[in-house]
Amino acid sequence: MTHWPETTTPVLPPDDLNTVDMTINIGPQHPATHGVFRMVLTVDGELVVDCEPYIGYLHRGLEKLSETADYRQSMGWWDRTDYLAGMCCEMAYCMAVEKLGGLEVPERAEYIRVIMAELSRINSHFMFLGAFGTDVGVLGTTFTYAWRERERIYDLFEEVAGDRMFPTYLRPGGVSMDLPENFEQRCRWVLDSARQGMEDLDGMMTGNEIFVERCRDLGPITPERGIALGLSGPMLRATGLPWDIRKAEPYSIYDRLDFEVPVGRQGDVFDRYFVRLAEMYQSMRIVEQCLDQMPKSGLVLNPNLPKTLRIESGECYIRTEGTKGEYSVYALAKGGNKPYRMKLRSPSFCNLSGLREMVVGTYVADAIVILGSLDIVLGEVDK
Amino acid sequence: MNDGSTVLPFGDPMFGITSWLDAVVRLIIIVLVMTVIVMYLTYGERKVLARFQNRLGPMETGPWGIWQAWADTVKLVAKEDIRPKNADRWVFEFAPYLTFIPVLMVLAVLPFAQDWGVRNLTLGLFYVFAILGLNIVGIMMAGLGSGNKYALLGGLRAAAQMLSYEIPLVLSLLSVAMVAQTLDLNAMAAGQALDPGVGQNAPYVFLQPLAFLIFFTAMLSELHRAPFDIPVAESEVVGGFFVEYSGIRWSMFQLSEYASMWAFSVFGSVVFLGGWAVPEASLFFDNGWPGPDWIWQLSITMVKSSVWIFALMWMRSAMPRLRIDQLMAFCWKVLLPLSIVQIFMNGFILWYGQEGRVFDGYSDWLLTATSGAGAIALIVLVYSRAFRRRSTKGLVGAYRQAQVPLP
Repeated sequence: MTHWPETTTPVLPPDDLNTVDMTINIGPQHPATHGVFRMVLTVDGELVVDCEPYIGYLHRGLEKLSETADYRQSMGWWDRTDYLAGMCCEMAYCMAVEKLGGLEVPERAEYIRVIMAELSRINSHFMFLGAFGTDVGVLGTTFTYAWRERERIYDLFEEVAGDRMFPTYLRPGGVSMDLPENFEQRCRWVLDSARQGMEDLDGMMTGNEIFVERCRDLGPITPERGIALGLSGPMLRATGLPWDIRKAEPYSIYDRLDFEVPVGRQGDVFDRYFVRLAEMYQSMRIVEQCLDQMPKSGLVLNPNLPKTLRIESGECYIRTEGTKGEYSVYALAKGGNKPYRMKLRSPSFCNLSGLREMVVGTYVADAIVILGSLDIVLGEVDK
Repeated sequence: MNDGSTVLPFGDPMFGITSWLDAVVRLIIIVLVMTVIVMYLTYGERKVLARFQNRLGPMETGPWGIWQAWADTVKLVAKEDIRPKNADRWVFEFAPYLTFIPVLMVLAVLPFAQDWGVRNLTLGLFYVFAILGLNIVGIMMAGLGSGNKYALLGGLRAAAQMLSYEIPLVLSLLSVAMVAQTLDLNAMAAGQALDPGVGQNAPYVFLQPLAFLIFFTAMLSELHRAPFDIPVAESEVVGGFFVEYSGIRWSMFQLSEYASMWAFSVFGSVVFLGGWAVPEASLFFDNGWPGPDWIWQLSITMVKSSVWIFALMWMRSAMPRLRIDQLMAFCWKVLLPLSIVQIFMNGFILWYGQEGRVFDGYSDWLLTATSGAGAIALIVLVYSRAFRRRSTKGLVGAYRQAQVPLP
């Protein structure tokens, strides 16, 4: 049981006017916590004096569970870590297993994976835009606009994999099935629609004075401090560091693709919002390039896969750029058809470490906005 | 017909009964009409917001969901009324009614058509000022009596915000009263009829655009509507002062919220847009308006107030929320000085606009010019914040890798 912060009620002289700090509990059931996150704010009037985050309400024991199941069975659980971008998680997991088992991935499958991962990234960032608008105070309008585009991407996933949120589409050694016939045409249509939706959202949010006033110069983080806190992904790039695993340590086929790494200037909330916005355009570019370069036919799953994947021994650490930051998987095999140990370095969890530093000294309303700008996914924080 | 000088002390004896009984009957009519209007305002808001948000809104109960409001009412009345254990019992239970009473008191003096109200007060505007101050009591009671920290925070925010915004609100209305030379709402409406020959013949929004802007902003704040919905912010204090209420008491809060929205809309259209005053019939018809005048007057009141309400809904769907310090700064640093300056300008112009003085005959134009300049200054002030923002059109997709050494 986690301890509750002690409420200290100082003994006051009877005729003296004094104020007492109040603790206010936000979450785990609160519309602004994006799931089951809980933070205990100590407030002095409207000012936040202290902030203590509590996590673990969604802990499902992913890492331990993965040790109990066949390499292919635990895929579904990895989907459910960053549940807004299941394909990215699957990709990291599959890459780890492939590295352990020394499996080759057909070229077409690599392209399909990257397309799926980038579509997931667009999807996840749309979710951020919608939810962030709600945090800042638009009554659901940004949310529904973002949702429309997300639905289209999910429809595409359903056509490809048979499932929307948790596709379980990738396999160690490729992807489970080939793309449907009109995929390229459908995908381009979805991208056009998403681009239009982004412009709408951009106009609605960035074009609003109140929105900009609320976000600017709020919770700034310097690059040095960002590294010290272990931030990654858009959180770190907002500070001005172009740290993107896809560029720094290219995996899969990212080295063949032309895209830029958007960076912010001062690491405030507006920069984080804006870096994500710019990243979505880059993801669209990547998907379009993949559609152009992709071999039009060919294998999508390694034909030499054994019926049951057994790995004698091996150890690896795979770093990928998830939607929230550096999504890395450590895997250790000691024989048999199950891993000996799996470990997830989840970006949302690490990004949360900056929360207290950013929130203290701001207003209660700002605390909500800062939490929104972290873009945490509780499935990933609590694993 | 638009003779503003007729001020009946107890209104028109509409029902041919003693005046106090007449007032009771009118009050009952007002309450009933208001209830139905509020029900359809909730329905309308859901529909309007839904259309703005790319949805359909209520569609299941009846054609286009028009019975949704009735279904909601039945549900709310039938729902269990929960009182938290650590709530202050009487404070908690009376708060919803105390928020509702001031709204009803304001509605009692509004002229919906010529001399059509529960009472026509000669000091109607002054009375409204007085009642506005009472609004806070119920909300503070709800905030402090609920025994909930969100409610406490919401109640305190509401008190701070409503107290602050009442000042520019009252000052902006005072500057209109200076121009109108009356505090009688009926006479004010009559003075804005597009009726050549009867005093002022333009709606006061043209004479006092700055007052209109200030009034509209302060009204949003008094009503806790976006972008000033800080006391009830869903994403921060989850409903604020009424977070602990359920069932009939919660619906009393909703009732008073929407009723005050309607009351403010009617009040604002009376003061700034001419209220029930319809244009002179001779502009359109030879023999005056077909049918009784009151039908036309009532309809035009309703149309004007609907426009206001639609504007409120529109803003709610499009605006993020201000922070409490930004809200206060906007009130004390921008709205209050501007409204005071306007009052002084009005006094100056009206004094020298008297017969035989310097501005004789030009005072209307001068009022429009000065107030218009103030309105432009206000708009520029708000937008100059916007001009300082980073332009995104050029930036999106054009970011380059910054030359920062990698860790």
